[in-house]
Amino acid sequence: MGRYVIRRLLQFIPTVLGTMFLLHYMTALAIQFSGNPVRALFGDRTPPPALLQAITERLGYGDPCLDQRGNPCFGLFADRLQNIFFHFDFGINLRQREVTDLVADAIPFTLKLLVIAILFEAVVGIAAGVLAGLRGGSFADYLVKISTVFVISVPIFVLGVVVREFVGVKFGNVLRGQDWIPDVISSGMFSPVFKPDYPMASLIIPGMVLGATSLAVTARLTRTSIMENIRADYVRTARAKGLTNKRVIGVHTLRNSLIPVITFLGVDIGAAMAGAVVTETIFNVPGIGRLVTMSARTGESSVVVGVVTMLVLVVLVANLLVDLLYAVLDPRIRYE
Amino acid sequence: MSTDVNVKLEALAGVDPNALPLQVKDLHVEFRTRNGIAHAVNGVSFDLRAGETRAILGESGCGKSVTAQAIMGILDSPPGFITGGEILYRGVDLLKLPESERRKVRANRIAMIFQDALSALNPVFTVGFQLAELFRKHRGMSRKDAKVRAVELLDLVKIPAASQRVNDYPHQFSGGMRQRVMIAMALALDPEVLIADEPTTALDVTVQAQIMALLAELQRERNMGLVLITHDMGVVADVADRISVMYAGRVIEEAGVNDIYATPAHPYTKGLLESIPRLDLKGHELSAIKGLPPALTNIPPGCAFNPRCRYAQDVCRKDPAPPLYQVSPNRTAACHFWKEVKGDE
Repeated sequence: MGRYVIRRLLQFIPTVLGTMFLLHYMTALAIQFSGNPVRALFGDRTPPPALLQAITERLGYGDPCLDQRGNPCFGLFADRLQNIFFHFDFGINLRQREVTDLVADAIPFTLKLLVIAILFEAVVGIAAGVLAGLRGGSFADYLVKISTVFVISVPIFVLGVVVREFVGVKFGNVLRGQDWIPDVISSGMFSPVFKPDYPMASLIIPGMVLGATSLAVTARLTRTSIMENIRADYVRTARAKGLTNKRVIGVHTLRNSLIPVITFLGVDIGAAMAGAVVTETIFNVPGIGRLVTMSARTGESSVVVGVVTMLVLVVLVANLLVDLLYAVLDPRIRYE
Repeated sequence: MSTDVNVKLEALAGVDPNALPLQVKDLHVEFRTRNGIAHAVNGVSFDLRAGETRAILGESGCGKSVTAQAIMGILDSPPGFITGGEILYRGVDLLKLPESERRKVRANRIAMIFQDALSALNPVFTVGFQLAELFRKHRGMSRKDAKVRAVELLDLVKIPAASQRVNDYPHQFSGGMRQRVMIAMALALDPEVLIADEPTTALDVTVQAQIMALLAELQRERNMGLVLITHDMGVVADVADRISVMYAGRVIEEAGVNDIYATPAHPYTKGLLESIPRLDLKGHELSAIKGLPPALTNIPPGCAFNPRCRYAQDVCRKDPAPPLYQVSPNRTAACHFWKEVKGDE
């Protein structure tokens, strides 16, 4: 077990370095092809060359390799690694704010969004899957089967925009015009666009959109898993032991059926982070996802590399924890 | 409920202590599938006395496991339905009991062990948990007391180092040890009837003998009735008192073990006995029953065995199926020509 964890942790090194280099090279290419990102600070105005030169140097975009198209800028990469790993310095953005500060500001929103999404998909998804799985062929089963296909086949950016337009704007306008709606609601607390006044409530709908696709997958996975296990010999044994139906299903069937589901949910944390990039942009949530999108647009390589490196680490650690959890859930799994 | 180890289970209304521990009368079970109705059990009857071993013998798919599941009340329903008959425990018809009462009969009075102990034990719980659960849920014992009883049970079925093994998972046991765990689980609440559905089929021959010996010993100690479901004539000859031979969902012959082996009165039983490899006939061709058992969705009219029977006449091909003829005071056979079959040695 200990050796397994150490081996997995060692595997993190090439993964993280590889991702960092890839991102570094892509942002370098972007600068080499579209020019100095510092110019964007000045908009339409032409900056005095001396000022431009000074800011460029300060932000670390002055290296001549950034003028040579295709140059991987190994020197810059080495500097970056040294700063990140030895000084925990992720650099600054164009407006000279520390990347670590930017992340610290943005991460609470993303975490809240993720918690809402994962809770939503776990609770509703498992409940729907169990209902459908216990009574195959029933109305509940068909409802779950059909609605999940529908949700899975709609991409998250389409779903997000549709929800924003219809729930937020159209339906919201109707609600806001009604007298009987309490003020808490009509004031936009549950509005699908993030409102800083209601940092938790206004994340509920974006979180549900983020969790929707995975919810459908969770429901289907639970459904098949329950159907498979309910016919298992050990469930028959549990019945033969004279246990109550509640215990036969709730303990003997569910424990086995949830092994693949929990594994999926763990891996899905990584996917949800990727989904957050889209969701946060659509719903204007000032989280990590929007930070990355904006920085990529303005070519702020230090932000992109720094944030994505952190995301990669989170995903890697989450996956490792899931694998370890798997061994706890299923005693037949042994890591040597 | 008390945590006393010897707490007696609540009385079941209508129990007659002098009645037989198990009587099955004219049991009918069918499976309603998309491909039609499969008549899995068509009028099975048998009695079981305390301390007696009743073997139910037959090929795969003859309805013997379904009979066992119907007795336990663990048929998958749908598609399985009990359409007729009675299952009497000490005179109480289990089929008329509400599910909550029926549940208390399981494991307490009638227990079952299954064929493949690896798949019949829950892979994600320790053996100790699965044993202790019985005491906790049926006798209201604390986790700690129940665990003590679980270790005692593992000792009873002769599992070495029981106090350590109680914390192991089923996959950490060998095949024979796993089947011992199953036996321990079935005997936990001291049932009066034990149904063993092919308990040794998944095991090595040497282990088979040990398991059967253990079962026989525990049965003797507790004066427990045993229904042994098997297709293995060898196992039957060693331990059974009485035998019911099943074919296509019916009991076609019922007799004491010696009568069946000496003078089978049904051509199917006779065919089964002739198909046992024998050392004294080494070099001879092994005789097998020709043909295949009928599909339960499409049982032939008359005697279900007639297409494979060398004694079959026109009367065998017409309904009704042959009744159980009284061959001697203590045995029956469902063959119009039982005299010829029996005399034709």
